[in-house]
Amino acid sequence: MSSQAQPVKLISAFGSPFAYRVEVALALKGVPYELVLEDLDNKSELLLKHNPVHKAVPVLLHGDDRAVCESFVIVEYVDEAFDGPRILPADPYDRAMARFWAHFVENKLSKPFWMSFWTEGEVREGFAKEARENLAVLEAQLDGKRFFGGDSLGFLDIAACALAIWLDVMQEAHGFRLVGDGEFPALRRWAKEYTAHEAVKKCLPDRDRLVAYFVTNAEKYKGIARAALQQ
Amino acid sequence: MAGGGRDEQLKLLGAWPSPFVHRVRVALHLKGLDYENVEQDLVNKSELLLASNPVHKKVPVLLHNGRPVCESLVIVQYLDESFAGTGQAILPADPYDRAIARFWAAYIEDKIFPSMSKALTATTDEVKTAATANILAALETLEGAFAELSRGKGFFAGDAPGYVDVALGGFVAWMRASDKL
Repeated sequence: MSSQAQPVKLISAFGSPFAYRVEVALALKGVPYELVLEDLDNKSELLLKHNPVHKAVPVLLHGDDRAVCESFVIVEYVDEAFDGPRILPADPYDRAMARFWAHFVENKLSKPFWMSFWTEGEVREGFAKEARENLAVLEAQLDGKRFFGGDSLGFLDIAACALAIWLDVMQEAHGFRLVGDGEFPALRRWAKEYTAHEAVKKCLPDRDRLVAYFVTNAEKYKGIARAALQQ
Repeated sequence: MAGGGRDEQLKLLGAWPSPFVHRVRVALHLKGLDYENVEQDLVNKSELLLASNPVHKKVPVLLHNGRPVCESLVIVQYLDESFAGTGQAILPADPYDRAIARFWAAYIEDKIFPSMSKALTATTDEVKTAATANILAALETLEGAFAELSRGKGFFAGDAPGYVDVALGGFVAWMRASDKL
């Protein structure tokens, strides 16, 4: 059996934007997969066996002997191991730009974004300011294009998926508006295009269920934020 | 040393003590590429640096025919892909092997440098001890990865240095120096 035809399993958890990145990549490539949902408070043997280092989702299992961890690493693997539309562009310089901006999203936007919802007062204001500044930098990268990848969805669109979906969800769940209604028009337009895309729609998490999840787990995430601040 | 055969101009905006710059230097040498080294003053940053890396204002920056590429591991992959026929391949050919290499490079990025930074700049013994424990734990994990990946050879990549070796290599000199501090 060619490696592409071997079965694919994705270990995920409801609400994880990191696992969601991988689902979009698989959908873009037209790769069928079995979704295994973890209870992260009660991690399975399967997860612990295949991601002993981080014990986190997502984990992609391809055939009997391939386990890939870390969402960006998995997305690049899916791009290289399977035929179908390119996720990363062909040109090395464009690839470098896509990777650079994906790391920007992960390292400069992700943390202040989440922390602005799970903290309060001055600390919250600090994270919100940083998130908004970096949202502006990211927005500039759209530069009139339909997607970060141009006419079609690419690596950076997948990397930034949390913004298209989780932003509204978190604002509703936590009653804190990180982004005002008229702000970041290009990002808003992008989010609409993104969530209307066939591949993205296929694996879109149920919005109401996501909101309910974050409302229910608000104290847990606030606790995680407090612990992170103390480090 | 060749420059890739075309009219290529490679400039590295670097600073000699930086482990991140070191990664790029090693990659350039592995590929056998000529480049101009432009040493940066990180206290009084040059116009060129600020213009080439407006987002982070950091080294290393690679200028390839004037176009900037930033972030050390992004640059290493860029060199490997741009100069695919030249010198040594840094990432392996097989997609799964590439994924494993990228995983460990990301691990080194997340677990080694932040803890090293903390350990070196710690003002209390408590913070220093905690950071050091983190580094040691990460190094132990890397020892395990090395045993598995090197298969008895000298490098994570086997007979010759590859992506993970380059990612970690930058810190070797740092660690030796920090020992003395």
